[in-house]
Amino acid sequence: MALATAYEVHDNLLIIRLEGELDHHEADKLRKEWQWWLKEKRKRHVLLELSGLDFMDSSGLGVVLGRYKEIQANEGMLMISGVSSEVDRLFELSGLKKLLPFAVTEEEALQKFGVMI
Amino acid sequence: MKNRMTLTFDSRSENESLARVTVSGFMAPLDPTMEEMMDVKTVVSEAVTNAIIHGYDSEDGKDIELHCAYENDELVIVISDNGSGIEDVEMAKEPLYTSKPELERSGMGFTIMENFMDHVLVTSSPGNGTRVELRKKMVAKDRVCH
Repeated sequence: MALATAYEVHDNLLIIRLEGELDHHEADKLRKEWQWWLKEKRKRHVLLELSGLDFMDSSGLGVVLGRYKEIQANEGMLMISGVSSEVDRLFELSGLKKLLPFAVTEEEALQKFGVMI
Repeated sequence: MKNRMTLTFDSRSENESLARVTVSGFMAPLDPTMEEMMDVKTVVSEAVTNAIIHGYDSEDGKDIELHCAYENDELVIVISDNGSGIEDVEMAKEPLYTSKPELERSGMGFTIMENFMDHVLVTSSPGNGTRVELRKKMVAKDRVCH
């Protein structure tokens, strides 16, 4: 199964919804699209919504970590919601769990963003 | 209960999902839990990605071999390439270490393999390719027909 990406914008918040499988094969395209939104469209904050993601490996961690650094450098915030228990183990192992705010659902994430940005 | 299979495929990133699907199908008779299935798919993805990116420097047209076998509850997976090999396997296994930071590699591949599997054996030397052997025992469940 491939990766489907959907982008939605609320002011300076970009919501990225991923569905399917995020591996090395899919990671390049996601990185390029994500960077376009950050650089060309100047979106500062990002919510990465993963409830439709069936599979992720360390290539996905690389993309998230890379964008985290770019968003951080621009004084923005990256939040992740809808993480499955399997994907959660990868975030835990990589230490990203300590770096980023996580929300259980998209609604919870948007509420948190409402407070924080 | 005993079975084995070997698949050789081209070093193209499209084949990462092929390798995952193949292994899931092969291990289905072991009646794995969803977590065991995901663990195995993840480590296969890591090892095949390593073979493509590091072994063959992202060059396609090269061979990657996926060998799977099980005997009773133990699944053994061997992923081998004939690529450049690893100079220092211990360093490569260090969490967050990557030889290709420019490709946004997280350096978590071997850490994930070691966490998700019972045994990981990496055999490699410069110029002689890499062989990754991954072993996992499936947790015994109440099986109906044994």
